[in-house]
Amino acid sequence: MLWPVLGPRLTFRQRLGVRKTLGRAAYVFLLGTTLVGIATLAALLLDILLDGLPWLSVDFFTNYPSRHPEQAGIRAALFGTLWMAALTALLCFPIGVATAVYLEEYTSQNWLSRIFNTNISNLAGVPSIVYGLLGLAIFVHTLSLGRSVLAGALTMTLLVLPVVIVSAQEAIRAVPDAHRQGAYALGATKWQTVRNIVLPAALPGILTGTILAMARAVGEAAPMIAIAALVYLTFTPVSPLDRFTVLPIQIFNWVSRPQAEWQGVAAAAIGVLLVLMLGMNAAAILLRNKYQRRSEE
Amino acid sequence: MATVWALKRRTTRRNEQIIFLVLFLSAMVSILTTVGIIYVLVSESLGFFQQVSLWDFLMGSQWTPLFQPQHFGVLPLVGGTLLVTGLSALVALPVGLGSAVYLSEYAPERARRVLKPLLEVLAGVPTVVYGYFALTFVTPLLQRYLFHDMIVFNALSAGLVMGIMIIPLVAALSEDAMVAVPRSLREGAYALGATKFEVVSKVVVPSALSGVVAAFILGLSRAIGETMLVTIAAGATPRLTLDPRESIQAMTAYIVQVSLGETPHGTLVYHSIFAVGLTLFVMTLGMNILGQWVVHRWRARY
Repeated sequence: MLWPVLGPRLTFRQRLGVRKTLGRAAYVFLLGTTLVGIATLAALLLDILLDGLPWLSVDFFTNYPSRHPEQAGIRAALFGTLWMAALTALLCFPIGVATAVYLEEYTSQNWLSRIFNTNISNLAGVPSIVYGLLGLAIFVHTLSLGRSVLAGALTMTLLVLPVVIVSAQEAIRAVPDAHRQGAYALGATKWQTVRNIVLPAALPGILTGTILAMARAVGEAAPMIAIAALVYLTFTPVSPLDRFTVLPIQIFNWVSRPQAEWQGVAAAAIGVLLVLMLGMNAAAILLRNKYQRRSEE
Repeated sequence: MATVWALKRRTTRRNEQIIFLVLFLSAMVSILTTVGIIYVLVSESLGFFQQVSLWDFLMGSQWTPLFQPQHFGVLPLVGGTLLVTGLSALVALPVGLGSAVYLSEYAPERARRVLKPLLEVLAGVPTVVYGYFALTFVTPLLQRYLFHDMIVFNALSAGLVMGIMIIPLVAALSEDAMVAVPRSLREGAYALGATKFEVVSKVVVPSALSGVVAAFILGLSRAIGETMLVTIAAGATPRLTLDPRESIQAMTAYIVQVSLGETPHGTLVYHSIFAVGLTLFVMTLGMNILGQWVVHRWRARY
């Protein structure tokens, strides 16, 4: 649009030079924007490493929270996180897989399955704090579960269920139709086909999605605050109905304190949380790679 | 023999029916979740709206629920959320679109294989960690080099970090839209003598526009619903302002503030978090539906 103004004065060759320079400038700019995210990630990780490393020790894992930063530890939060994640996995794996099987194998592409799928994608966009409010009203108060691990896990199950369902759907869809038809040809019923042919083939993909969903659950703070509130716990849960706290809540608690020492303690806890999540992600990636290599053979 | 077969077939058929029922009930969990969310938000809000009129709630410009005299005008909370969201858009829209263009059009395969997973890591960082980063890294940086007298809790650093946080989402969705643009369109433009950047800026991005706009809308919807980052870094001062250096309170941050205190069940303040939650839910749902509509309505078919 600039060219009619400049046009008559410039030869084609000169204009081409301008256009090429513009192209090169754009390339540098676009590469630069891509690096913004990466550079921030590097700064964030470095910041946490430098702040948190001096505070990491064996005591940090075995101590309960304390008024003194040197004695503060994440024992209650770590156990609470493991309890919550384990219960969530137990609840959301069967429900998520069953939903995916129903949607992929038992309904045809009709209005009903459209409603289910639209609903699931809308649920994935609901802010996590809203799930916290749902859990607070239904599980904590109406079902009288109190501020327990179980109430937290139920809430988290509903939150990550869309992730589990969608990844299970993709894994099931990737199983070739020929496998199903082969099973039917041998006289298998629908469920026999699903259980013996489809699910074993889709299992690695389903597990990958579930592990990623658990990693997300471990990092979520907002809905857990609505359920567990900010408590000062000096015990670890021994039953699903005990009170609990999780790592992100503990981190939030420490971050909110003005003294600089607490920022260091928070950074150390963030380091533990990130390593935990990184481990889960790595497990998911390894699983996916192993499965991919096998299917290529 | 025949009777055994028939018997077996009958039990098999009954088992199949039971299985079908179990699967269907599992699928209903997600429907019930939606119903539950709407039911809880509306019914708990009713207790709030019996004491505060809807008009005062939506139009009031003072939000002072925790001290006397109580005012329940939601505008300062909505304003705080939109201020942070607007700031995040300033970062996330250009950077997200730029990253998407680079990854889809320019990046060599080897660079893509490194950069894409790194962006995914950025998307997987817990939001409480972003809050820590905004509070202990970005705010001091801004105070030292740009705004020397800025207070610790401010909308600016929360907004900037929020922008970084939603880059991966905006970039991934925009890139998907650009990858879907057929090669023939690019080759047609090259055949007319266009440079690479002209192909990208005048053919690829306009062709993918509906997907890019949807990516923007969904990214901003995520920013509106984000909780821990604004709670940690943006403050707890409900205030209608356009000055990003001020301390504000976002809708989500208010819900957390009340949740922390174990407010007694059934009080007006308890009900108020559901009224704010309902407002938040309606805003994000509206934007998500808008995003899906944009994709459907304006998707170019090749």
